[in-house]
Amino acid sequence: MESLTLSDVEQKYYSDLFVYCDTDNTKKVASYGRVLDLFRAAQLPSEVVIQITELCGATRLGHFGRSQFYIALKLIAIAQSGLPLRVESLNSVKDLPLPRFVVGKNEAETRHVALYQDPDSQGLYPASAAALIPRPPGRGHQNKKVPTSASAHPVHEAVQPTAPSIETQQAEPTSPVVSPHQSPPTSPPSWRKHKRQHSGGNADRQPVVAPAGVVWTQFREKQTAPVAGDGLWASQSPPLPGQESWVSFTADTPPSSTVPGAHPSSVQESTTIRTPMGPAATSTTNEIQRQSSGYDDPWKITDEQRQYYINQFKTIQPDLTGFIPGSAAKEFFTKSKLPILELSHIWELSDFDKDGALTLDEFCAAFHLVVARKNGYDLPEKLPESLMPKLIDLDDSAEVPESTPDVGFSGSPTEVTPNKSPSMPSLTQAWPEMNQSNEDTAIVHPVPIRMTPSKIHMQEMELKRTGSDHNHPTSPILAKPEVSEEVKLSVPATMKFVPANAAGDGYSSSDSFTSDQEPVERQRSQSGASPEALKVVAPPPPPPRPHPSHSRSSSLDMNRNFAAASAPGQPQPAAIAFPPAVPPRPLPTQSSVPHTGQRAEADGATGAGAALTTTSPQQIPQQPNFADFSHFQAFAASEQPSSLPEVDKHSDPGQGDKSSEGAGPLRTVKSDGQADERTPITVNSTKGSSGPLAPPPKPIRRRLKSEDELRPEDEQHVPQKPNIIAAALAAQPSIPRSVGKDKKAIQASIRRNKETNTVLARLNSELQQQLKDLLEERISLEVQLEQLRPFSHL
Amino acid sequence: MAVCIAVIAKENYPLYIRSVSPQNELKFHYTVHTSLDVVEEKISAVGKSLGDQREFYLGLLYPTEDYKVYGYVTNSKVKFVIVVDSANTSLRDNEIRSMFRKLHNSFTDVMCNPFHTPGSPIQSKAFDEIVSGMMSQSA
Repeated sequence: MESLTLSDVEQKYYSDLFVYCDTDNTKKVASYGRVLDLFRAAQLPSEVVIQITELCGATRLGHFGRSQFYIALKLIAIAQSGLPLRVESLNSVKDLPLPRFVVGKNEAETRHVALYQDPDSQGLYPASAAALIPRPPGRGHQNKKVPTSASAHPVHEAVQPTAPSIETQQAEPTSPVVSPHQSPPTSPPSWRKHKRQHSGGNADRQPVVAPAGVVWTQFREKQTAPVAGDGLWASQSPPLPGQESWVSFTADTPPSSTVPGAHPSSVQESTTIRTPMGPAATSTTNEIQRQSSGYDDPWKITDEQRQYYINQFKTIQPDLTGFIPGSAAKEFFTKSKLPILELSHIWELSDFDKDGALTLDEFCAAFHLVVARKNGYDLPEKLPESLMPKLIDLDDSAEVPESTPDVGFSGSPTEVTPNKSPSMPSLTQAWPEMNQSNEDTAIVHPVPIRMTPSKIHMQEMELKRTGSDHNHPTSPILAKPEVSEEVKLSVPATMKFVPANAAGDGYSSSDSFTSDQEPVERQRSQSGASPEALKVVAPPPPPPRPHPSHSRSSSLDMNRNFAAASAPGQPQPAAIAFPPAVPPRPLPTQSSVPHTGQRAEADGATGAGAALTTTSPQQIPQQPNFADFSHFQAFAASEQPSSLPEVDKHSDPGQGDKSSEGAGPLRTVKSDGQADERTPITVNSTKGSSGPLAPPPKPIRRRLKSEDELRPEDEQHVPQKPNIIAAALAAQPSIPRSVGKDKKAIQASIRRNKETNTVLARLNSELQQQLKDLLEERISLEVQLEQLRPFSHL
Repeated sequence: MAVCIAVIAKENYPLYIRSVSPQNELKFHYTVHTSLDVVEEKISAVGKSLGDQREFYLGLLYPTEDYKVYGYVTNSKVKFVIVVDSANTSLRDNEIRSMFRKLHNSFTDVMCNPFHTPGSPIQSKAFDEIVSGMMSQSA
């Protein structure tokens, strides 16, 4: 036998045919009978067939080996093209069309065809009815019906209306012309999948399907071509059963490496929608058909398929780790022309985490299902395992995703977390454990993607019931790094809450819980809402709760800050306890009492003096240093009252003497007064301090203490005014210390300083007034003295 | 345990009604329809104060001799109504609540489906399964 060189296309075709003929399944020998049938289908005169058989050497061998078979096929092609049969022509003839085999050769076949046609008949009828004449390209199913109807026609005349059959026959010759250009083998592999579903009955079907299958293939090609060309995804469910036979066929079909020529210009319709998709689709579908490998798993996605899906994913969403929103996915898959109901079901199957968006895995699964459906596979009830999306993020990837219908509410906290693993094993059992675990974890909020209002509600309810326990189990989960966007969004939110609530009690935790819920819910709903404007179940009322918690936490923080700030700071208390001058104001009222008690004459000056005295008395009990001040104060105080009566009675010479003596007795009085005044004043001061002035003395005390720290004791004798001023001044240096610590403290100290300033200014003015008065008195006294002197000389 | 489960849209037309037995279907439809009045009444009573989240679970709407009707409303005014056989006294409130929660969740999943138009009848198989699960128990 001459060596035979076959083109790729021919190679594929022939191998498919060989497998088809290989009823004994020996993969080497084609059964004689089948082959003959095939040859007869070639519509060649029987002599030609015999000649071919002889030429290929089968007669010699008694059976058809692969090579013989191929040669025979080639010869058939030659014969069909009208060339004389010669062995030499095997290799010499170039551009030989593929051998054509026409259906309808024998009754047996047609009977079988009719058999399997019955389930298709429903599809057939409408198809054929609708098909009408010009098979619109892309109506693949119509095409395929055509041959079958043609085959069935001889047997069941009623099966097909004659008109279409006529057309069919007319069309038939044309279609085979077109299709063989494409590689047949591409179709059979697609049905490999189908084989699983239609187990058994293959043997019976095969003969039937064979002829139909052959044509099928051709039409399939044609279909794929228009499919490719048009990007139309005509549903082809009925033909599928017929493809069964091809399944076994493809066992040793060498996968065609490429099908570049698969979508030739036989595009009969201009592609409108999916031009870019078209060629890709063809290649894809071809690839899929070719490579739906594995008898073990019909739903497995091959690498090429996956690559294609990934590319398609990229066109929608460049980020491979991102999501495709539901609306975009809807548009994309709507182009597949599948009914919405089926698309809806596909979505249900593939959107594993039920978030309204597709990840890469989900998208691949959905795409795969769409392709399968377009090829006629029924959609599974549950997502096949091979299509299940990998759990990308979580540690829960260990958990096999099971679609738990009961998205456990009680267990919702844990179930929530994994974005991609919608199914956590029902957490109701785990719930009690979670309650006991992690008592000291901060409140965390489940960041459930699937937070529905009911869940939140339920959780809230449970929360209120069980207190903070609820929160604890969630904390470890939340602590896990999560990829989901909702989680990402909520984690920062919850993390904020965590420290704040760490110190919180159950109530605060519950508050944060709800508040966490709400941002999570909102986030989830946002993510859901963007793809899905349709999402009716709205997020829960977005309360400004985070703010209160924020404020709470912030307040806590602030408190902590304050506490921290104040801890190192005595200056702070000093700064806080700053205003020394404030107390003097109320003092006059109090100190005026003892003074009125002491001296009958009480007036404003007394009050002023008393003010002075009272300030010092306050200091007296606290600071021994200031006891000396009180000396001067008492002196000043006593001086004034004494001077006042003198002024009042200046006209009285006795008083003048008194006044002259007043200095002496004043001193003594002063000392006595001091003692006297001190005690009552101290009493008063204590009273005063115990009174409403209680707070001020404390700051004053502190201030004094700080002053003590600041100034040595040699300042004891500084009069009160300078003392006050000094105290104010002394306190001021403490301010710079606090400045660095706290702005608020600074401002407070500034305020106090200002108050001090005003008070001091007032004091100053009063004292100045007193000074004036005193000076006047002195002058008057001196005048009197002068007047009296001449008398004394006498 | 439910004898009939219904999902009613905001505009008070049914999105989904399913009964256990086809014979009493009309009766249940009628029951659900009349229960809507009670639902509306409960909704309007609660939703006065702002910020007060209305309770989703409405509880027993009204009992009759043969059965009890429970209601549940979502934030988007979608109502779920469950009709339960009165003879079945073992059902506690919590169980009814959990049933509603399940319903709500699967309803959310249906809504998530971009191919589903809100306001159109629910044709999701998953939803059907869940509902069957809830109903088949009552046999």
